[in-house]
Amino acid sequence: MADVNRGKRPLSPHLTIYRPQLTSITSILTRITGNALIIAMVLIVWWFLAAASSPEYFAIADGVLRSWFGDLVLVLSLWALWYHTLAGVRHLIWDTGAMLEIEKAEMLGKLVIGGSVLLTLLTVAIV
Amino acid sequence: MGYMTDRKRAVGLGSAKSGVHHFWAMKVSSVALLILIPLFVFTFGPILGSEHAEVVGYFARPFPAIVAGLTIIVGFKHFNDGVQTLIEDYVHGGPQKIALIGATCLSYAAIATGLFAIAKIAL
Repeated sequence: MADVNRGKRPLSPHLTIYRPQLTSITSILTRITGNALIIAMVLIVWWFLAAASSPEYFAIADGVLRSWFGDLVLVLSLWALWYHTLAGVRHLIWDTGAMLEIEKAEMLGKLVIGGSVLLTLLTVAIV
Repeated sequence: MGYMTDRKRAVGLGSAKSGVHHFWAMKVSSVALLILIPLFVFTFGPILGSEHAEVVGYFARPFPAIVAGLTIIVGFKHFNDGVQTLIEDYVHGGPQKIALIGATCLSYAAIATGLFAIAKIAL
């Protein structure tokens, strides 16, 4: 390796000293919500498998999903799902080169946060 | 090799040949999910909480069954491509390869399990 001073170079400010901003927080939340959805997805696949197997097995899986803990996971996942969906739309917009200015990006960030909460409440009310 | 920089070593070797494939795959699955997710939420949501016989009868119908099947396929494909980026950012070397293989196995296993279950219910 030619970098004799590797590790000693000046580095750009990193997470520990960089002030959290709306753009950085909404960005990391996109990653966290997207990957955390694996929990609900696997639970739902298990629920389908149980439904296909027998009424007894279904009672177990259905009981887990409808327990207070299952409710908590599903409601949080519902919010994560709407958040990740809206954040994905934001990325589709950005990919066209539009709305990349800081004020517009922050406006979209607020819409994603507000919209995800609103959609979650609506879904819980309707379903 | 003592005076070679990483860039110098890479110059002239050509591209990795995969280009924007991963980026485009994420775009395609994300647009598909934009349609599928609302459909799945409002077909799966109302039936959750019903008795076993009702659930089985419901997913024996074409629309709920096809929406659920498509959502599981495209959703886990999107997860697999997305978690690949997460792993590549935070895990390196051998553990990275193991994590990537593990995530891919999990995704395909979930797709197979979900489709088997829906097919068994629907048929």
